[in-house]
Amino acid sequence: MKAIIQVENFASSLVGTLWTPVFVGIFIAIVAYALWPRNKTQFDAAARMPLSED
Amino acid sequence: MTSPSSVSKSISKSMTMGEAGLASGLAVFAFVSFLGAAMGHDAAFSFHASLACAASLISVIMIGNRYLDRPAELPPAEIGGRPNYNLGPIKFASAMAMFWGIAGFSVGLIIAMQLAWPALNFDLPWTTFGRLRPLHTSAVVFAFGGNVLIASSLYVVQKTCRTRLAGDLAPWFVVVGYNFFILIAGTGYLLGVTQSKEYAEPEWYADLWLTIVWVTYLLVFLMTLVKRKEPHIFVANWFYLAFIITIAVLHLGNNPALPVSFLGSKSYIAWGGVQDAMFQWWYGHNAVGFFLTAGFLAIMYYFIPKRAERPVYSYRLSIIHFWALIFLYIWAGPHHLHYTALPDWAQTLGMTFSIMLWMPSWGGMINGLMTLSGAWDKLRTDPVLRMMVVSVAFYGMATFEGPMMSIKVVNSLSHYTDWTIGHVHSGALGWVGFVSFGALYCLVPWLWNRQLYSLKLVNWHFWISTIGIVLYISAMWVSGILQGLMWRAYTSLGFLEYSFIESVEAMHPFYIIRAAGGALFLVGALIMAFNLWMTVNAGRASETEGAGALQPAE
Repeated sequence: MKAIIQVENFASSLVGTLWTPVFVGIFIAIVAYALWPRNKTQFDAAARMPLSED
Repeated sequence: MTSPSSVSKSISKSMTMGEAGLASGLAVFAFVSFLGAAMGHDAAFSFHASLACAASLISVIMIGNRYLDRPAELPPAEIGGRPNYNLGPIKFASAMAMFWGIAGFSVGLIIAMQLAWPALNFDLPWTTFGRLRPLHTSAVVFAFGGNVLIASSLYVVQKTCRTRLAGDLAPWFVVVGYNFFILIAGTGYLLGVTQSKEYAEPEWYADLWLTIVWVTYLLVFLMTLVKRKEPHIFVANWFYLAFIITIAVLHLGNNPALPVSFLGSKSYIAWGGVQDAMFQWWYGHNAVGFFLTAGFLAIMYYFIPKRAERPVYSYRLSIIHFWALIFLYIWAGPHHLHYTALPDWAQTLGMTFSIMLWMPSWGGMINGLMTLSGAWDKLRTDPVLRMMVVSVAFYGMATFEGPMMSIKVVNSLSHYTDWTIGHVHSGALGWVGFVSFGALYCLVPWLWNRQLYSLKLVNWHFWISTIGIVLYISAMWVSGILQGLMWRAYTSLGFLEYSFIESVEAMHPFYIIRAAGGALFLVGALIMAFNLWMTVNAGRASETEGAGALQPAE
């Protein structure tokens, strides 16, 4: 029982410590994806989607 | 009744699984509700069970009638290579939005006048401020705003995915079921049924019903995305999806409750003490962030480009500020609990995230406003577009004021005063209200294939309501800061300078000005209802779909 609690405490503190860098990493990846020069044409087309329907 | 196309396949007409399943499920539910009505422990519960019984029976009859009237085959997904959009449920939700808007603004006006002239509560339990106030907030936020969001999301997701809405009866279940939830919640407040959590007042059975409806809504939206013909998912759909998913999570997190009896309306919430408070404001602030912000930003990202005939100013910015909002908003709730039993670090955390939120909020505002680049002249000629652009300006204003008020020293002055009410209404009337009006002015002509009855009346609506908002928010700012200063004023001997009732007395003129502002806002909405009614019932057929866009030959 004690071992299980220790494992759980370790796991929860690991998740508690790690989520900040993980979320920051995910967000940086999103920003990079949004600003990546090669994606620009795709986004410029997407910006016109409401105008080009039917 | 065999249509020519079905002759070759010789399909004999039969009920779909959905029709048979929903009809029999609702029949069972009618029976259970009947028992609940007969055996209920309190009058309100029995009344609600009776409503559920009646609504279920009517729905069974309508499903049967629809079956008898329809051809053997369900409507096709495409006609002549073009998507056969499902507009019926959207028309229903749009009409309900207008109805609940008028109702919610009227109740708001009544309680504003009650604060100025308390005799107006008529000394009746059903018309006291405590019961009418949640009726007002739920009617404007969930009934008016919710129907606008459901209507616009089901429209936008079809148009930008170029595909018919998923599900046959499911979209109807969503719009009718959601409005039935509103009916149960609203009549419950009048009868004194409440779990006393702000913006989450409906009792356990209404919460359970909303859960079923909301999950169906999520599935309809998701499955429509899944069968899209466009490879890219347009940004408005991201905002709608974030709104739908987060509201589901918030609703489930904030509302776990144990009913005293399964035949009674009273329940007790699972959370206790400060945890309950934290859950409540985690819910409450994210209802602002994901219901009143993300959902209406979705409207902004579709309707402003469409109306202005300009592309989204920066699609990159839309991606970045979307994810920034998602990552930050969920932590801002504790700023509602400054200087309470909530641990200090949690308060500071809430404040910090609220301040950071300023950036993605203004990212959205800039993107919305700058979408008008090259089309600013349209503000002069198109009052519908002007309404939506002013709404974005109000969004910018409210999302600057919010982070400022979340700072603890500012909050020590503003909290529990009318400043909060003023802040909420610059967001609610200015941002949510105006962007919804703009969306409905676009949506109703598109749905019914009509020209808008009168742009002149839209102009009147715009100016009357704008003056109403200015009266409302400036009265509340003055009154709120006055209140805050009076409450913290000490004499040289260290006594409080003013008694509480003196601060109440000082509010009186501002309460009258606020009621006048609310009355103007209601007048504007009545003009709008007339305009939309005339558009549908006496309007001319539109020559081209969309605002003058060139159409390929059909």
